[in-house]
Amino acid sequence: MASERDNDVKFLDIPSPPNVHGLDIGLKAKWGRGNQLYVFPSPSEATELVFELRRPQQQPQAQIHEVRWNTDMYSPITRKLVNESHNTFKALQKFGSEINETNRRTQLVKFSRRYRSVMKACVIDLQTSIDGTIDESEKQEFMGQVQLFEIIELIWSLCEILFIENLKGGAIMIHLLDWVKWHFTQPNELCQHALQEDNPENSSFYWDAIYSFVLQGRVGDARSLLALHSLKDTDTFTSIDELLRKMPIYADFSGLTLGEFDLKWRYWQEECARRLDDGDFGHQKNLETICKILCGEDQVFVDLCDLCQSWYQMVISKHLYTNPTVKAFDLQYHIQPCIDAFGGNSQLATLDNIIHAALEFDIHQVIKESSAQLSNWWFSAHITDLLHHAGQLDLQKLNFGSDLREFLLLEYSTSLMSHESLWQVGASYLNHCPEFGRAYLEHYVERIPLTTEKIAQKVLRLCEQQELYESARSICKVMGMKALQNGRLGSALSWCLKSKDSTFATYLSEKFLVEYTDRGDFSNLDIIDNLGPAMLLSNQLTFLGKYCEFHKMYADGDFKAAASLLLSLLTARLAPKSFWMVLLTDALPLLELDDVIFSSEQTYELMHILEEISLCDRLENVQAANEYKENKEDNKSESKNKAKLEVGKEKVELLKIGLARNLARAIVVEGNVQT
Amino acid sequence: MFLTQELILASSSSGNVSVYRHTCNQNLQKVEMEILWQGLHQNQGTPCSCTCITSRNNEIVSVGEDGRINVLDMNKNQPIRTIDKADSSTTNAVKFLKQCEIITVNSCGQLKTWDLRQHTNEPAKIFLLTGEQVPLNCVDKHPHQPHIVASGGQDGMLSIWDMRQERLPVTLLDAHSSDTWEVKFHESRPDNIFTCSEDGAVWHWNGSSMSSQPGKANVSNVLPLTSQHEESTASPWLASDASKHRIDITDLIPGNIMSVNSLDIENNTFLCGSDAEAVYIVSNLTIW
Repeated sequence: MASERDNDVKFLDIPSPPNVHGLDIGLKAKWGRGNQLYVFPSPSEATELVFELRRPQQQPQAQIHEVRWNTDMYSPITRKLVNESHNTFKALQKFGSEINETNRRTQLVKFSRRYRSVMKACVIDLQTSIDGTIDESEKQEFMGQVQLFEIIELIWSLCEILFIENLKGGAIMIHLLDWVKWHFTQPNELCQHALQEDNPENSSFYWDAIYSFVLQGRVGDARSLLALHSLKDTDTFTSIDELLRKMPIYADFSGLTLGEFDLKWRYWQEECARRLDDGDFGHQKNLETICKILCGEDQVFVDLCDLCQSWYQMVISKHLYTNPTVKAFDLQYHIQPCIDAFGGNSQLATLDNIIHAALEFDIHQVIKESSAQLSNWWFSAHITDLLHHAGQLDLQKLNFGSDLREFLLLEYSTSLMSHESLWQVGASYLNHCPEFGRAYLEHYVERIPLTTEKIAQKVLRLCEQQELYESARSICKVMGMKALQNGRLGSALSWCLKSKDSTFATYLSEKFLVEYTDRGDFSNLDIIDNLGPAMLLSNQLTFLGKYCEFHKMYADGDFKAAASLLLSLLTARLAPKSFWMVLLTDALPLLELDDVIFSSEQTYELMHILEEISLCDRLENVQAANEYKENKEDNKSESKNKAKLEVGKEKVELLKIGLARNLARAIVVEGNVQT
Repeated sequence: MFLTQELILASSSSGNVSVYRHTCNQNLQKVEMEILWQGLHQNQGTPCSCTCITSRNNEIVSVGEDGRINVLDMNKNQPIRTIDKADSSTTNAVKFLKQCEIITVNSCGQLKTWDLRQHTNEPAKIFLLTGEQVPLNCVDKHPHQPHIVASGGQDGMLSIWDMRQERLPVTLLDAHSSDTWEVKFHESRPDNIFTCSEDGAVWHWNGSSMSSQPGKANVSNVLPLTSQHEESTASPWLASDASKHRIDITDLIPGNIMSVNSLDIENNTFLCGSDAEAVYIVSNLTIW
């Protein structure tokens, strides 16, 4: 829930299995991605030992609980905010890197306004949801979020005025008055109430509304309300009306310099003071109050503090009527008395603290307070980044996380990481953290759950972009293993080729070959057929590829090529020993063909290989016989072994006959050619 | 995708395919599930993603990460035909070429055509770019000339294939800098192709400015075109000029940073969805 942080320690109840032994079962935890922890009940080593001794079979059932925090940006409405502000952030980074002094301030203000409009849109969406929902708890949640975002927007717009726009003396006041007018709409409500009655002047809201308008510097509205009074034509009323009408308001384009405006204003205020002292408003207490406000008397502000609503509004009103050409930096002079009027420092809430810091131009304090008090990092991260680009932030090195801007960006992106799709946004922010961004990214990338291939591809793209080649390779390996466990050998092979992992390739080729010997044909022929140069990754793989090629050639009737390929596979010792017999058996039909395929040289080679195999076999048989004598295996395995031996012997016999015949024919043919 | 005016066909990453009915009753829109085929795609029991669906008349075909092709009928609960080991790697996309003939692309860079009338479980033809194993992500067929097929690959390459030729693609266009997620021909003006990619670019390829003369192929990596190309309806995509940079390419959403995963085009309105959890609509496109 988006709210101000509690200062209490949070507790979270994690259900654990019932306590079987009267011993406490502890908790262990492992980090997930960013703002995620996996917690599971697990006994410590000491208690584990006790379990073993007492009842080794009864191990408590383990359940893993996923704990996440800082997830208030995950709701569908705030996700829009996250995505849109991401766009603005990226545009700002791009702009920031172009060092172009002209129009810089205006552009930065534009960016600031973009952020604010996104916030405003979010607030509107939230309010629509509030109206649309009937569930009370949901309503509460939304209202909390609305409140939070309104506070954030308030602070942001104040920061925009004070820190980003480069405003001269008089112009600040105008902007601040606008700020007050748009964010604090109480006078409008009072006015509405007053106007609803038949006789507005008798309404209890009437004078309050007028005072509020004057305090906010909205003299036009005050005058129109006054004009509704029945006594409007009397002297006192016309006098106050005149004063209000003549109040100078600074405008950038009026052609007056600051000094000239100041002079004019002081002259006007002296006139107000004079009329007050003359007792012009003696009979009309209300009008006297108005005049006192215009003269900037301290006491009247304190008396009207309810209408000021908050001390910062009072500060602005006071400045309006004592020194309208105030510079931004001097705004802080009236702060303390206003705070006192509202109950002193002890009454200050978090929002007040932040605004206090802002008015005192203590940017670091603003950021510190808002990070500490607001429950998510969105505001702090973005405003810091904006102020950094505006050159207002002096980035000192912190004891942790390099400088302030980077620290906040890291925290913000961490809070996005455990979401199924927002991790992409988080990763994008990490790209702009020069010092630790890459390390964080490497760490997180390995933990993103690769539930579908599309996600795996996207993560791979990310790794390639950021040159995290190790992570890319490990992702390919993970996907390959997953495919293998699912029984998808072909898919595993294609991932293995991507990661260029030769050991895995060897392992997989062996699996393929085992499949072949079991089933008699290849599965996944479409991959193996078309390996191309990728088959050179490992020897086994090359063998597999070439062997398939052999079969293809054989099927196509290209016997000579097939034969030479087969021979080269055997002589190059590319084939694993276990497979030699299979290859020789494949050679058998070639030996039986009408045409002589194998030359005498080749036949000698084949015979040599056959001898080698027979030798190995005989050795194995001797060993097996010795083992049998020692272990006295049962009859079944003994008969199996015997059957195997028989088959093996038969094959060898056939091969010997075939090879001998072929040799004979080959010698004859070759002899003929020579002569 | 829309099956009929009211029915929507959807595939999910949990291996299911479902049909939803969309009703619009005086501004109140409702989407309700009507049919659900569960567990169509799984690996030894673990469900896996159903990557693409397509339909024609009343036949629906779905393909998934398990390399399986399922043929479904709206009136039956179970698939009427399953080709189990259709692909050894993930099948990424499927499209109907003609009635009873489908084409699929997979993660090994192969294009396979299947004749559903045959009862063998083997593809009728396999096309690929030899030497490469670049996964193909998407496929689309030319609306008027079903022998022309376009596919987008993981390296951002857009390839145009001629089904009547033997195995190699006819044209290779080096397009995006990252995966091409979807490619589509415009229904009524097939000289226009739309592609979208991981790097956020969405391009409108306008091939109508190229001459459609049958030409000698001096395009890279391609077999010489045979005399089959002397028809007057030869498409510009198969002509030699295609790779000589004379296509007009317009970026439809300039400045977009997040990946665009899918797109659709209908007359003059273009729609696409991106990873920024946003759907973009571009209307009033000029299509020549």
